[in-house]
Amino acid sequence: MSTPDTDPAATVDARGAACPGPLMDLIGKMREVDSGAIVCLLSDNEQSVTDVPEWVEEAGNELLAVEEREDHRAFYVEKQ
Amino acid sequence: MTDHVVILGGGTGGTVLANDLADRLETELATDKVRVTLLNDDPDHVYKPVWLYVPFGQREPEDGRRPLADLVDDSVDVRIDRVTDIDTDTRQLRTRRGPAIEYDYLVLATGSTLAPAEISGLAEGGHDYYSESGAKTLREELLSFTGGELVLSVIGSPHMCPAAPLEFVFMADDWFRERGLRDDVEITYTYPIQRVHGNPHIAEWARPLMDDRDINVETFFNAEAVDPEAETITSMEGTELDYDLLVSIPPHRGVDLIEEADLGDNGWVDVDKHTLEADHADRVYAIGDAADTGVPKAGSVAHYQAGVLAQRLASEVRGRPATATYDGKTLCFIETGMDAASFVEFDYEQPPSPAPPSQKLHWSKLAYNESYWLTARGLL
Repeated sequence: MSTPDTDPAATVDARGAACPGPLMDLIGKMREVDSGAIVCLLSDNEQSVTDVPEWVEEAGNELLAVEEREDHRAFYVEKQ
Repeated sequence: MTDHVVILGGGTGGTVLANDLADRLETELATDKVRVTLLNDDPDHVYKPVWLYVPFGQREPEDGRRPLADLVDDSVDVRIDRVTDIDTDTRQLRTRRGPAIEYDYLVLATGSTLAPAEISGLAEGGHDYYSESGAKTLREELLSFTGGELVLSVIGSPHMCPAAPLEFVFMADDWFRERGLRDDVEITYTYPIQRVHGNPHIAEWARPLMDDRDINVETFFNAEAVDPEAETITSMEGTELDYDLLVSIPPHRGVDLIEEADLGDNGWVDVDKHTLEADHADRVYAIGDAADTGVPKAGSVAHYQAGVLAQRLASEVRGRPATATYDGKTLCFIETGMDAASFVEFDYEQPPSPAPPSQKLHWSKLAYNESYWLTARGLL
């Protein structure tokens, strides 16, 4: 996995949110965007490390990359 | 100079705060050093937890309504009007009927609204108990429902009273058993994430109870569309469920005013979760459902936040440092049937540990619901 070249269609900043806030914020944004769009989720919640990939697989989307940043992670998800 | 505290919203948070300030700032109010105005667009105060019991014929929606003017201290100016614009630069509110209102401190206690239109077919095909009209219509449906697929789908998250979806299926299970209909009713509960509740401790407690009671569970189910004619609900994850009676927790939103004033997304105010101060404006606070603190959108949260904010506002008005902070305290009774309930208490640091269900806790919940009116008046 590597950070996509294309800019995300939307970025969801869920830093500071407790579980399951980040995942629900991601799901909410994925509802709004078109197929092929990339959504970037920013989360500092450890649970997101497992929650996000599990849901992305379940929903048939694609997790393009998880970027480790100083105090949070960026999850790049493409809507299929 | 008179400081003007304006509270927007006469639900649990706004009403408890108004009465707390009336008590705490009695001297300042009597000497015109401070004024408190409570603005609400409905002359009634509505206690929403009553609605859970309406579909089962145990309460009437009217049991959850009382005139706001009867609950709020006379030293508070209660105005029935709808705010149309918040200007945090000039510290002014515009309303539908009256002149502009200037504030020194603004508290947003604007609560949650339902947005079923966000899901195709939901308004036509689904029922809810998160509104007075929804609870009454659902009561008629449940009373005539003698067999088939009952689906409870949690669609909105965050939503009001996170325990209420679990309570509904536990109560429905018991209610149909008592009436000798349970063998003819299939109950399915759907939830958006990989467990049955947002809080992992509550989910871990509830799941075995659901299994024991033959309540089917579909997790990772984010409703995408409802087909009222085919009576199906489909999820973003590709699952389709048939239903004969669909009960949903619709998507929730705060009021549009919040986003229009650049105070937060989807009607939820970005706040410091301890001080309840808005991130994007000075002298603006939010409590209850409107405050994006990450804790449940529950009456107990609004109640405790109102108490903290009353202390902070009193300190501000008196020119002292505000030291009171909200620690995430949340209390919640959870009905596990028609005559048993559990109870949880937690905060930002301490996770919940659900109490073993008992009849005593069930009666405690009903007793609290009756005594709620003392809470609203600031007495309990």
